Amino acid sequence: MLAIRDLHVHYGGIHALRGINIDVPDGKIISLIGANGAGKSTTLKAIMGLVSKSEGHVYWDNTDISAMKTKDIVGGGITLCPEGRKIFPDLTVEENLAAGAYLRKDKEAVAADRKKAYELFPRLSERTWQLGATLSGGEQQMLAVARSLMSGPKLLMLDEPSLGLAPLVIKDIFAVIRKIREEGVNVLLIEQNAKAALEISDYAYVLESGVITMAGSGKALLNDPRVQKAYLGE
Amino acid sequence: MNLFNTWLPYILAGIAVGGQYALIAIGYTMVYGILRLINFAHGDIFMWSGLIMVYLITVLPLWLSVIVVVVFAILLGTTIERVAYRPLRSAPRMSIMISAIGVSYLLQNFALYITGGLTKTYPAIRFLQKTVAIGSATTKMVTIITPFLTILLVFLLVMLIKHTKIGMAMRAVSRDFETSSLMGIDINRVITVTFVIGCALAAIGSVLYFSNYTGINPMSGAMPGLKAFVAAVFGGIGSVPGAVLGAFVIGIAENIIKGTGWTTFSDAFTFVLLIIILMIKPTGLFGEKDIDKV
Repeated sequence: MLAIRDLHVHYGGIHALRGINIDVPDGKIISLIGANGAGKSTTLKAIMGLVSKSEGHVYWDNTDISAMKTKDIVGGGITLCPEGRKIFPDLTVEENLAAGAYLRKDKEAVAADRKKAYELFPRLSERTWQLGATLSGGEQQMLAVARSLMSGPKLLMLDEPSLGLAPLVIKDIFAVIRKIREEGVNVLLIEQNAKAALEISDYAYVLESGVITMAGSGKALLNDPRVQKAYLGE
Repeated sequence: MNLFNTWLPYILAGIAVGGQYALIAIGYTMVYGILRLINFAHGDIFMWSGLIMVYLITVLPLWLSVIVVVVFAILLGTTIERVAYRPLRSAPRMSIMISAIGVSYLLQNFALYITGGLTKTYPAIRFLQKTVAIGSATTKMVTIITPFLTILLVFLLVMLIKHTKIGMAMRAVSRDFETSSLMGIDINRVITVTFVIGCALAAIGSVLYFSNYTGINPMSGAMPGLKAFVAAVFGGIGSVPGAVLGAFVIGIAENIIKGTGWTTFSDAFTFVLLIIILMIKPTGLFGEKDIDKV
């Protein structure tokens, strides 16, 4: 499991995270909801070692990974599917998947995972030799998730996977997220689409201006009037 | 036929010089592709490779000298990256560019100090200087070898970029540092490999290029460096095939102009070409428009 303890991040003069604590237990979907600029993406980037932490620790299966390099964190089984998909536009679908498996040496297992990724997203299997840039937004998001899974993660972190996608595609993506959890991968999800996120979450945190203000099961938060007012537009 | 015979030597010389520019231009274009940095020191690494050859040839056999020159250029280039560029990676792009200009002057001035400002005699490599007859024209061996060697090296490089793991990593990093590191790609290693390739090719280019000349001085890297840079811009900076094509165009055009008797203007041509390209197609022949990331 992943445990974040008293994490602080300063980002260009802004105190972006002010001591947050988050637990991602095994086999669960945990989500982090909050407005734009609340510090959600910063949290994930801090876990991956992409932004430096001013204070606090991140533990992964009881190992302190706070000072580790990004590639060692990826190698340790954590992966981040970044906001805005960020697939490599001039790499083919196949190469994008290969990039996801960059650190892996077990060729057979990689091939098996690639087959699995294509089963998860059949539309990608029709486009293996197409360049990333030529895919539609929904396909790019599928590719981004598939690429993240290619590292063989034990924790998959998704940053706004529904951003800018059609409702039907969003449904597909969330169905896949459920499936991923069933296969024993922990999921940490960030969403502005709070309703969709809370519905599939076992537990969720609400982040406001770098502080966790509420936490509870997905259902409990869905029924919480404060959450409804601020994030569900009710 | 007569016309052909008259022009043949110029065209041959142009193709050869073009190949030499190409070997330098690849270093510019690859480093730009990954770091978005114009490595102003590249022409001076090229000059230093030539200068080191002058000293090495007095103590080592030719083949060994060439190898040592290549290794030297690689060490020089990667050291420059580590010391002068890497610490500025997250600084504004202007800072790293100024650092590159500083390194360029440092290399030139250090060469000035070592040579005392005197032109050093570049060793005559007998094999490359050998005269060969093609039809009615005679030319040097280096003129024949250069284009073939260049194309072979470019072919190997393109294969590396297209079909190997490190090549894929280079293409990924050239697009997006952050996402590449999320894949577990070691950005620093990819950048080092890029400098290794660029410097090795420039060193090989220096052996071929300086074989055409008798002497070498601290400013000898400036003009070929500049022309190779123009070639890279012409072809679309960031693109390897573009840079190679641009280099051949510049080399050939320059020599044809020499053939018409306008030798004085042959250098000016290169820069007029640069201005025209920047006006008509700022991204160059194969340059990609920056795809806005959504």
